[in-house]
Amino acid sequence: MNWLRRASSEPLWKDEFSIHTADEKYVTRRQLTKFLVLTSLGMFVGNIWILIRSVFYRSPQYAEMEVALASEIPINGVKLFGYPTEKDRCIMVRTTDNQYVAYSQKCTHLSCAVYYSQENKRLECPCHEGFFSVEDGSVLQGPPPRPLPKIELENRAGVLVATGVREG
Amino acid sequence: MRDPAELPPQNRSLTAIVGAMSLIAVLLIVQVWLLSATLESFLKGNTRTAIPGVIFSGLIFILCLGLYLFVDRVDSDVRSVANKG
Repeated sequence: MNWLRRASSEPLWKDEFSIHTADEKYVTRRQLTKFLVLTSLGMFVGNIWILIRSVFYRSPQYAEMEVALASEIPINGVKLFGYPTEKDRCIMVRTTDNQYVAYSQKCTHLSCAVYYSQENKRLECPCHEGFFSVEDGSVLQGPPPRPLPKIELENRAGVLVATGVREG
Repeated sequence: MRDPAELPPQNRSLTAIVGAMSLIAVLLIVQVWLLSATLESFLKGNTRTAIPGVIFSGLIFILCLGLYLFVDRVDSDVRSVANKG
């Protein structure tokens, strides 16, 4: 930015590291201002990165996977499984006779494993008391910023098949 | 209370610099919120918020840059006056 400043005969080091005690506070403030503006630039770059990721975003394709037999889960019962890979732990709940719902077991706050509370009929995170609706995975209470990712299920002749993951 | 015009040039400049820095700090807080909100929205799978996020973040950055140039200019002026004196 030297072209925007008045020409000075002083060398740069003398300009940056003033020898006048009275000027020191100006140097410090100017350096802090420079740092703040660089921080602002960093956040702007972060927003650009999000834009680039958004432009090139493609919905991931998930393979179908049989995860359970419909008859093996009692009403208000739970089954844990891995989808789309074995490491991605998910929780399935049979809420009524014909209704099965499944969600990622990772809390959207800090990735603790959520469990199903049969008393309260909701999914609960034990770490920070984040509660999710068992109907749609939405946040009922607590610090989680997003709903739980929902696992799409199909009942094919008594076999529950996971067909995809829908982000909340 | 003293009239600001009666203050020595260095003190007046310092007030301007502190004011500009405070404004930059407020703008940075807004920009942090904007970045986190855009990121949350993107992680939710909503990609429509990215463009407004970039536009407003860019505007805030330009404002901060303008304030920095202002601080730099005021600082240079004070230095040159002090050096002449």
